[in-house]
Amino acid sequence: MCLAVPARIKTIDASSRGTVDHMGVEVAVDFSLLPDSKKGDWVIVHAGFAISCLDPDEARETLKLFRDIARAGGQ
Amino acid sequence: MSKITLELGSGGRMMRDFLADTILPLLGNRYLEDLPDAGRLPGGIVFTTDGYVVDPPFFPGGDIGTLCVNGTVNDLVVSGASPRYLSLSLILEEGLAVEDLHRILKSIGKASREAGVAVVTGDTKVVRKGQGDKIFIVTSGIGTSVAQPAPARIRKGDKIILTGTLGEHSLAVMTARGEFGLTTRVRSDCAPLVFLLPFWKKGILWMRDVTRGGLATILSELADALPYPVLIREDRIPLSHAVRGASELLGIDPLFMACEGRAVLVVPKKKADGILEQIRRHPLGKKAAIIGEIGRPAEGRPGELLLETSTGGLRLLEALTSELLPRIC
Amino acid sequence: MKTPDIKAFRDRASIEPVLKEIARRASRLPSPFRIMEVCGTHTMALHKYGLARQLAESGLDMISGPGCPVCITPDGYHEAAVKLLSETENLVLASFGDMTRVPTRVGPIRNAVPARGSRLRIVYSPAEALEEARGHPEKEVVFYGAGFETTIPGIARTVEAAGETKTANFSVLGALWLIPPPLRALLESGATAVQGFLYPGHVSAIIGAGAYAFIPETYGLPGAIAGFEPGDMLLGILSVLDQAVSGRPEVANAYARVVRPEGNPQALEIMDRIFEPCDALWRGLGEIPGSGLRFRKAWIAHDAERKFRLDVRSSADDVAGCRCGDVLRGLLSPPQCPLFGKACSPDSPKGPCMVSYEGACLVHFKFARRKGTPHV
Repeated sequence: MCLAVPARIKTIDASSRGTVDHMGVEVAVDFSLLPDSKKGDWVIVHAGFAISCLDPDEARETLKLFRDIARAGGQ
Repeated sequence: MSKITLELGSGGRMMRDFLADTILPLLGNRYLEDLPDAGRLPGGIVFTTDGYVVDPPFFPGGDIGTLCVNGTVNDLVVSGASPRYLSLSLILEEGLAVEDLHRILKSIGKASREAGVAVVTGDTKVVRKGQGDKIFIVTSGIGTSVAQPAPARIRKGDKIILTGTLGEHSLAVMTARGEFGLTTRVRSDCAPLVFLLPFWKKGILWMRDVTRGGLATILSELADALPYPVLIREDRIPLSHAVRGASELLGIDPLFMACEGRAVLVVPKKKADGILEQIRRHPLGKKAAIIGEIGRPAEGRPGELLLETSTGGLRLLEALTSELLPRIC
Repeated sequence: MKTPDIKAFRDRASIEPVLKEIARRASRLPSPFRIMEVCGTHTMALHKYGLARQLAESGLDMISGPGCPVCITPDGYHEAAVKLLSETENLVLASFGDMTRVPTRVGPIRNAVPARGSRLRIVYSPAEALEEARGHPEKEVVFYGAGFETTIPGIARTVEAAGETKTANFSVLGALWLIPPPLRALLESGATAVQGFLYPGHVSAIIGAGAYAFIPETYGLPGAIAGFEPGDMLLGILSVLDQAVSGRPEVANAYARVVRPEGNPQALEIMDRIFEPCDALWRGLGEIPGSGLRFRKAWIAHDAERKFRLDVRSSADDVAGCRCGDVLRGLLSPPQCPLFGKACSPDSPKGPCMVSYEGACLVHFKFARRKGTPHV
C-alpha cells in the first residue's frame, strides 16, 4: 500500500511533470501534488507521483535519536 | 488448465509442474526423466535446445541474436559440456525490416565467435504479418562432455559462488520496453559462461545459469534436491546501483530477476577461496562472491532455502510461483 | 543540500539499541502487548527484516490490520475486470500488478485470455495508463487499481488530467478505500484486543495526524505514525510503548521527515475534487460507512463502472473455512487459520490474505513459516 521511496528531483517542467533519480535509475514522475517542488529537492515517490517532500533536518534529528538511544542503552 | 496462459512461460513452478505432469508422460524416456537443461547422450555428446521470444528484440547491451547464442552456450556449460555447434531456426514475421535481421545475424556471428561455437545448420520460415512478433529464434546446441555435474557429492560446508551482479538483463529489457516510465543506463549482462568450463576439472560440483525465475528460483530447486538447508547472505549478493534502485522503486526483488550471463556454483569448502580468486581474474567474474553455504543455518531444515537479511533476520525463500510483477502496494 | 543516507535507517547498529529499549519498555507492561500495524507494507517489512520474531520475543504481539488494499477489495471488482478484458474488443486494461493475481470464480486477471485487439498491461502508475490512452485513441483504456489515501490522489490527478486533455477513451475502475473508517469501526465494535497502533507512514503523509485523533481521544489508545525502514518501525513501536507506560496516549509522529501534521493539502484537495465518500463493502469486514470513494457527478465520464456497466458488487462467498476476515480484524494470526499451509498456500490461495504481496498470510508463509509445519 505504502511502497514509496525517497528520490532526488532531476528535472521538472512547467506542467509539473519531470523525473527523479533513485540510485542512478530515473523514473518519470508527476509533481502536481507537490506544487512547490524544484530541481534538487528530495521527495517521496509513490506510483509515479511525488506525495511528500523529505525534510533533511528532521532526517538528521531521527538519526541523532538513534545515537541517543544507543548511548542511553549503554548506561 | 484448459488454455495456455502467459504464466506458464515464465519459468516458475507452474512450468516445472507442466513439464512433469504433461510433457514427461507423453514423451518420457531415460534421457528426459530428470528434466535436465541438456540431454547427455552416448559418446559424450550433450544436446540442448531453447526458444527465444524476447520483446523487444533489441535492448541495451544486446539483442535476440546475442541472447540466442549465449543462452544455448550457457545451458551446455552448466551441464558440464564444452559448446561446439549450434543450429539456428528463424521464424520471421512478414514486414520485419531486413536491416534489423542483418543486425541480429551480425550479433549471432559475433557471439558465436566469442563463445567458440559454429552455426552449422539452420532454417528460415516467414509467417504472415500479425502471426508472429517480428522474430522468434530457436537454437539447438551440441557440446562435448568435460565433466559430469555431481550434486550428489554436495556436503555440509560447501560454498555457493555467484559470478556477478543480479538482474541487469531483466532491467535492460524493461528499460527497452519503456515500461514504468523507467530510464536507466543499465546494459544486459548477456554473456557466454565459457570461461567457467575449466573449473569443472577443479572440483566444482554443480552449476546453473541464473535465468528466468532468478537466483532464488534456481537455488530453491537445488535446495529441494538436497538433504540439507541452504543459506544465502543478503549483504554478500553483488548488486549494481541501477538494479538496487529500480528494485526499490518498483518493489521487485532482485533475487527473482533474470540474468543472461551469470552463474551460480557449488564448490567444495576447501577449494572455494581458490576458485573464487580465479573467477575474479576474468572480466566477466570481477564481482564474483561467495554468497552462501550448504548446511546452514543450524535451525534450517533439509530442502529449505533461507536468506540471512542485512538486518540479521532470517527468512525463507521459495521458487517463483508466477511471473514477476512490479508491486505498488 | 546533502541528505542523510537511507541505509542509516536499516543499519544493525541503529536497530539493536532500539530493540533493547523496546524490550525494556515492554517488560513494564502486561504481556503480550498488542499493537496493530494498520498497513500491509508494515506487516511485510517487519517480516522481511526479521523483526517480527525479535519483537515477539520482547513480549509484543504485532497484529496485521486491514491496510492491505488487495486483501479487502471484494472479488466482484476483479471479476468485473476479467469480464471487461475477455469480452470487450480493443481494450487495454492497465493494472497494478498485485490485482492481477487474485483468484476469482473466473480465474485471476493475468490468466484471462483477452478479447480480440485487447490486452493486459501492468503499470506502475495511473499516468502510464493515461499515456496509453492518449497514444492509442482507437483503444479504450481502463486503469484498474485498488488503493488507500497514498494512491488515491495520484489516481484523482490522472482523472483530472484526462479531463483537461479531453481524453475520452480513458476511464478508471477504482477500488478506493479510506483508512480511518475501518479503525473506527473496529474500535466501536469492541471486538478487538488491540492496545496500540502503528499508523501507516505514507497514508499519513497525505491525511495528516489529525485523522487518527479520535483514537487516543475517544478510546484512550496510544499510536505512532511510522515509516517503513526497520529503524522507523522500531521508533514508532517504541513511541507507542512509551505512551502506554506513561499513560499519555496521543498520535505521535515518528516519521517527521516525511509526514507533516496537516498532511498534504494539495493531495486532499484533488481527492475531494474528483471523488466523494460513500459507504463501502470491505472483504472480510463487511459494510463500513463512509469508507470508500466514488466519482463525483462532474467526472463520471471517466468512471469505468458506469461506462461499461460493470457490476462490482457480485461477490463470491469466501471459500468455506477461509478466515481472512478475522485475520484482517486482528482476531486471528495466519497460522491459527485451519486452512493455512494446508489447503491454502501461495500456489493455491483460498482467500485474499494469501494472494496479496502484503497479505498477512502470504507474508507469514514466505517469511515466517518453516517447511513442513506452520510456525506459530
